[in-house]
Amino acid sequence: MIVAQPKPIKEILEMVKDKKKLLVVGCKGCVTVCNVGGAKEVGILAASLRIARKRSGQEIQVDEHTLERQCDPEYVDELKDIIGDYDAVISIACGVGPQFLSERYPSTRIFPGVNTQFMGGAVEHGVWSERCAGCGTCVVHYFGGLCPIARCSKSLLNGPCGGSSHGKCEISKDVECIWDTIVRKMTEQGRLTELIEFRPPKSWTTARDGGPRKMIREELVK
Amino acid sequence: MSEYKSGSNLEKVLKSGQFAFTGECGPPQGANVEHLREKARHLKGCVDAVNVTDNQTAVVRMSSWAASLILLQEGIEPNFQMVCRDRNRLAIQSDILGVYSLGIRNMLCLSGDHQKFGNHPEAKNVFDIDSMQLIYTVKTMRDEGKFLNGQDVDVPPRLFIGAASNPFAEPFDFRVYRLAKKIAAGADFIQTQCIYNMDKFREFMKRAVDMGLHEKCYILAGVTPMKSVGMATYMAKQVPGMDVPDSLIRRLRGAGKGKVAEEGIKFALEQIEEFKEMKGVAGVHLMAIEWEHKVPEIAERAGMLPRPVV
Repeated sequence: MIVAQPKPIKEILEMVKDKKKLLVVGCKGCVTVCNVGGAKEVGILAASLRIARKRSGQEIQVDEHTLERQCDPEYVDELKDIIGDYDAVISIACGVGPQFLSERYPSTRIFPGVNTQFMGGAVEHGVWSERCAGCGTCVVHYFGGLCPIARCSKSLLNGPCGGSSHGKCEISKDVECIWDTIVRKMTEQGRLTELIEFRPPKSWTTARDGGPRKMIREELVK
Repeated sequence: MSEYKSGSNLEKVLKSGQFAFTGECGPPQGANVEHLREKARHLKGCVDAVNVTDNQTAVVRMSSWAASLILLQEGIEPNFQMVCRDRNRLAIQSDILGVYSLGIRNMLCLSGDHQKFGNHPEAKNVFDIDSMQLIYTVKTMRDEGKFLNGQDVDVPPRLFIGAASNPFAEPFDFRVYRLAKKIAAGADFIQTQCIYNMDKFREFMKRAVDMGLHEKCYILAGVTPMKSVGMATYMAKQVPGMDVPDSLIRRLRGAGKGKVAEEGIKFALEQIEEFKEMKGVAGVHLMAIEWEHKVPEIAERAGMLPRPVV
């Protein structure tokens, strides 16, 4: 899933300081799963904004709405009859959401309410961890099913570097050295010789480096 | 074609079978050319080549190629270091051509410390290729006369290719394989991380020799004399991939006030003596960090002078 975290309320209040009628829009996709942008969080943010503005003597109307997904025009359309009633919209979907809203409703001010972090998953309750860098050419099978591009601080394809210590990365004792894990796993699987093979420079043409990406599935295009 | 890959002094010394001795010099955090020249002059005649670090610990300094050229002007052979953190493959290949064109003949290929350590932690890193692929890049340009895209290089750069090895990083068992991988990728010589845990280094070298790696590549053992107990404890605790045994810290502490630096040098000299005899070790890389003025004395006491003229 795409993992995000809430923007500080102070930052959001600053964004909308001159607005009087707001719509907070959530998304039932990834951000609901990572507890940051679903119907529940829409309610929390809306209430926080109302309270803060009331306290500062600038009362505000904040309404709530949660879409099935914000990354799909079909669902974004749902707002067409109500969006005109508001000074601004705060989207608490991932970074895709506010952009789809901005594109569909060009005259409405759209603000992001969350900071999108990474593609990953929940490793324990309340803890999410990055897994994929979206490089466009998956190679995890060479590395024991683990991705050094997303998970090594230096994206080394021929790791581990000299900073690996006690299974941790040189940048922090809180960061796992994925190469330490890759070596251990490949050793256990009896596949060490595969790691001794040289991995040549990767083509980043399919990654973001190749420019903004678009995917066309001809069989689905009407 | 010459019998040498690059014809650098370092290559000639190593190829002649003599025990090599290299030094290190960090460029200034500014354009203080005089300070750099002064530091470098201490090393002149004491070592076969001087490593010029490339924004080491991710702190911005004068570029390593520029500082390397200043050393050349001083009559000192540089070992130009390049990290993959700050350049993509275009900048890497063009800098390789640039340094060679201006007379640099040795190049050490490194991944580079993560920018989080340095003085610009907000920076975006590059890591388009890694150190292994950098070795391969230089070798491909030199020996095949090709860029990474397969196109011809118009006059290939003939560089003596170096790489680093840290026998003390983990997982230990994999380290010798990674060394083998660097040699297969094209490393002509290796300079190791600073060695303090001699038992572990002996074991590492034994494995390297068993694999015949010392016959395919020159391995230089890394030595950094400890200046103080504080430096030793800092390296032991704060520098990832560094292995400083408690016994060494106790020894330094036991030396008493005012005598710790001398004890640090004594330990380094004992190490160098052992490396001279150790199978598979072709030389010593002395990293006297901000202690360049001590290098003549250490070289003298280690029996490294005069340096061979090949």
